[in-house]
Amino acid sequence: MEKENLTRMLVIGGSAGSLEAMLQFLPELKTDIHFAILIVLHRKSDAESTLSNLLQSRTSLTVREIEDKEAIQTAVVYVAPANYHVLVEKDLSFSLDVSEKINYSRPSIDVSLASVADAYGVAAAALLLSGANNDGTEGLKRIKESGGRVLIQLPSSAGVSYMPQQALNEISPDALLSTHEIAAYINSLA
Amino acid sequence: MEIQVRDEEIEMLLADVMDQYGYDFTDYAPASLKRRINRVCLLHNLKSFAELRWQLLNDPGFISHFVEELTVNVTEMFRDPSFFKTLRSEVFPILATYPLIRIWHAGCSTGEEVYSMAILLKEASLLHKSILYATDLSSDVVQRAALGIFPLAPMKEYSENYIEAGGEHEFSKYYVAKYDRVIFSEDLSQKMVFSTHNLVSDGSFNEFQLILCRNVMIYFNKTLQDKVLRLFDQSLHPLGFLGLGNKETIRFSSIEHRYRQINREKIWRKKT
Ligand SMILES: C[S@@+](CC[C@H](N)C(=O)[O-])C[C@H]1O[C@@H](n2cnc3c(N)ncnc32)[C@H](O)[C@@H]1O
Repeated sequence: MEKENLTRMLVIGGSAGSLEAMLQFLPELKTDIHFAILIVLHRKSDAESTLSNLLQSRTSLTVREIEDKEAIQTAVVYVAPANYHVLVEKDLSFSLDVSEKINYSRPSIDVSLASVADAYGVAAAALLLSGANNDGTEGLKRIKESGGRVLIQLPSSAGVSYMPQQALNEISPDALLSTHEIAAYINSLA
Repeated sequence: MEIQVRDEEIEMLLADVMDQYGYDFTDYAPASLKRRINRVCLLHNLKSFAELRWQLLNDPGFISHFVEELTVNVTEMFRDPSFFKTLRSEVFPILATYPLIRIWHAGCSTGEEVYSMAILLKEASLLHKSILYATDLSSDVVQRAALGIFPLAPMKEYSENYIEAGGEHEFSKYYVAKYDRVIFSEDLSQKMVFSTHNLVSDGSFNEFQLILCRNVMIYFNKTLQDKVLRLFDQSLHPLGFLGLGNKETIRFSSIEHRYRQINREKIWRKKT
């Protein structure tokens, strides 16, 4: 079943071992994509925004660490700030939240995916990468239920297979991608 | 199975809460509000919207849990140490020139931020001439804040934050540990005044040289954010300071043009 290319928001969620993959596919992304990208990556607190700077060094797309109530623009890579959950409002702006960690994580992938599913419905896509944690599975279910597109990194190609494998045990994705296939797939969404 | 409350149901619920209890959540950010309401259902094992509504309207004890869950009380000591470091280096020298320093912590939650401030003021020899007004919507958290008793477990992390914020002593000298709690020294709390205050409906109550409202307005929509920023603007001394959370801004608000940001920190100074 082929879905139309109507993606307006792609969430990329990752934990242990996912940064390597991101740094590999990010430089290969086209800059004229018609959707926004939200990166939710588990990490130690990072007051200096080092992650955004690192990602920016690998792409000509604009990379921005999210500020509260920022309006979402296409062809921008938004980074969930350390220590905040990121939610998306129906007017397509971001809201931040400092509530309890979910799956031992803040930002949590599940939290962002649930609200992206709600705000974007069929126009949402989500890619779950490497990790040693259980985050993301519930969120991917929500994306799927509301008609969005679910992508999972092939566990054998992930730095740490646990997180994508957990998701795969419960969801059949629209695509199962090895690391070197990710960029081409994302570019085809545009 | 988790229930998912619908948008129209939330509207109905907020109208009930307003009518029956006087709390107005209608200008809160919808995505987070929805998530918190779903969470209340999960925590209280409520299986449907009807059950939630019944509970809210018929169980008098439920509203305080409901409000507490909706208004996220998670907080830390010296959250974002560089913020406190900049307060100490850039703001305190100016505060020192006033005979009496009034500081307002709006949305103080359980008080960790207020005690952090008192410690730094003490080290700058300013605490004796300061008054820290600590307010929150929820009377429960304000009462807890006034006790100055906190969990022991995060103290190691707070101590690291304290050092990063430019703390000058052994952090542990400020509290006494008892079982799994710590009690902060009364020297610190003497200058604190605790009270409930709802930023949605209550007005200005004094004039301050410094107002902190961190990680509170992220739960508001833009309209309410702007209204609250105007309240702060009215409550600030000319040349006073406003401190916000690490990912909040006054940019694009109606008060922006009257403020100047300090060192790329989330601290702004009123121009007159
Ligand atoms: C996440 S805590 C922030 C605590 C602290 N300022 C910090 O940054 O660590 C948010 C607090 O805002 C309070 N709050 C929410 N809505 C409010 C309102 N309308 N008026 C006053 N306080 C409110 C909540 O009760 C909660 O304690």
